Amino acid sequence: MAGGNGVTAQAVDHAFLAEVMASVPGDSRLGQCIQCGTCGGSCPSAADMDHTPRRLFAMVRAGMRAEVLGSNTPWMCVSCYYCAVRCPQEVHIPDVMYGLKSIAAREGRSPESAAPDFSRTFISNIVRYGRSYEVGLVARHYLRHFPTRIPGMAPAGIGMLASRRMVLRPHRIRDLRGLRAILGRAAELESGR
Amino acid sequence: MTRLLYYPGCSMSGTARGYASSLAAVAGPLGLDLHEVPDWNCCGASEYFSIGPLQGYALIARNLALAEREEGLDRTVVAPCSQCFVNLAKTARYLHTDPAFAGRVNDALAAGGLSCTPGAVDVRHLFEVIVHDVGMDTIRARVTHPLRGLRVAPYLGCLVTRPDSGERWREKEHPHAFDQMLEALGAEVVDYPPRTDCCGGHLSQISPSMGLEMLRRLLDAAARLDVDVIATLCPMCQMNVDLYQSEVNRRFRTRYHVPILFFTQLLGLAFGADAAALGIGSEVVSARAALAKIGVEVPEPEAPEPVAAGARPRKPRPGRGPELPMPRMPDPEEAEE
Repeated sequence: MAGGNGVTAQAVDHAFLAEVMASVPGDSRLGQCIQCGTCGGSCPSAADMDHTPRRLFAMVRAGMRAEVLGSNTPWMCVSCYYCAVRCPQEVHIPDVMYGLKSIAAREGRSPESAAPDFSRTFISNIVRYGRSYEVGLVARHYLRHFPTRIPGMAPAGIGMLASRRMVLRPHRIRDLRGLRAILGRAAELESGR
Repeated sequence: MTRLLYYPGCSMSGTARGYASSLAAVAGPLGLDLHEVPDWNCCGASEYFSIGPLQGYALIARNLALAEREEGLDRTVVAPCSQCFVNLAKTARYLHTDPAFAGRVNDALAAGGLSCTPGAVDVRHLFEVIVHDVGMDTIRARVTHPLRGLRVAPYLGCLVTRPDSGERWREKEHPHAFDQMLEALGAEVVDYPPRTDCCGGHLSQISPSMGLEMLRRLLDAAARLDVDVIATLCPMCQMNVDLYQSEVNRRFRTRYHVPILFFTQLLGLAFGADAAALGIGSEVVSARAALAKIGVEVPEPEAPEPVAAGARPRKPRPGRGPELPMPRMPDPEEAEE
């Protein structure tokens, strides 16, 4: 408007909010957040997050894409759903966190390597066998990220092997080909093909 | 007998082996006839959604599609693991409430020759089925060896009463169903404040500073209340509290020794089953001393395999503790296809 009497709003990129909401099935209700902070107050791992969930959601709405995707907050979320049942606006917070993680992982923006790497190792075993494979998972993960924890964990790990709570040989499902076809098609759909 | 579809989840043949054997022992007395979903796959835990949400949902939906094809059964899928339960229940819910999402998931499933009908199956946690359908009266009627004198902390963890997408719980924050069940077994149940707190899930593996702190809080509350055992209904909670307890002790210079057992193991003991048949004795933090209090004998850990002929036996060194049990390869009979 001409005249210059009105106040001017700072341009905000609303596309990021829409992108995050589209990464979650159903209606995540993220746009309904009232910034009350119940989520952070309920969160068992908030102490180690660089932004509380409340602040992260304000940043999403402010279009601060790079800062949000570089935050460790979604990776510290353990999806315990305390925030989800307490949120007065019924925002699907853990699912929003999964959506943020998947966007960050796709773009290689995750802040530190152990968490996304653990997810990738875990799912690579699923693609290979159809089931999780603990021995392969812990061996690769601890060697790569926590070699100093191995000596302390060894006696308990050997006990787990002795009682067959960890088995050396992975279990394969019968229709691995079908499962891989399903996952492959889902990946295509996810990347918009 | 209630015939139900059963989705065991990966842990039941691995870290939660004791949960599986104790469930097999108590299912009959509880009137549950469980039929395993054929050729089920992993639910992706909390990992697949983080990398590809739609792939994660399609992975889970394959199990729902396989369950839906089973005929002559109650269309209820029962999961004993809290993580599997929440993943299956959430996927079934979104399939039902978001047609566009259901369309995308079915597009993916079609590549493997499968499809899901929204609303076709109902997903429930094993614990919730036992509490609400079997009921305390039936449980009480089966008790032949009350757990009198055993101090137990009822630890539900998250995900059973939260997010509760099926609206099955009135008390989401402070449920008392676990207390009532353990009381029905004759145990002395303590008021355990962190009963629905999170065990840290995968944080023990990716962020030990936070994950071990969350475990320390659970152990500290149990130790202050002087409990003999923590009772759990989730393989992940059991593994975290059991396997990482020694690491908690090293990090925080504590001396916790709090065994954690599955509720089905305690049901089995109260119904008169043998501890070994219930998989008791395979826990890292031994429950032997705790259960001796109520006259239950726990078998010694499996003896190491005899030394192969020709191999030189290791010379025992003075002053050394007993040999550690050594891993062994699975027998060819039990090798899975």
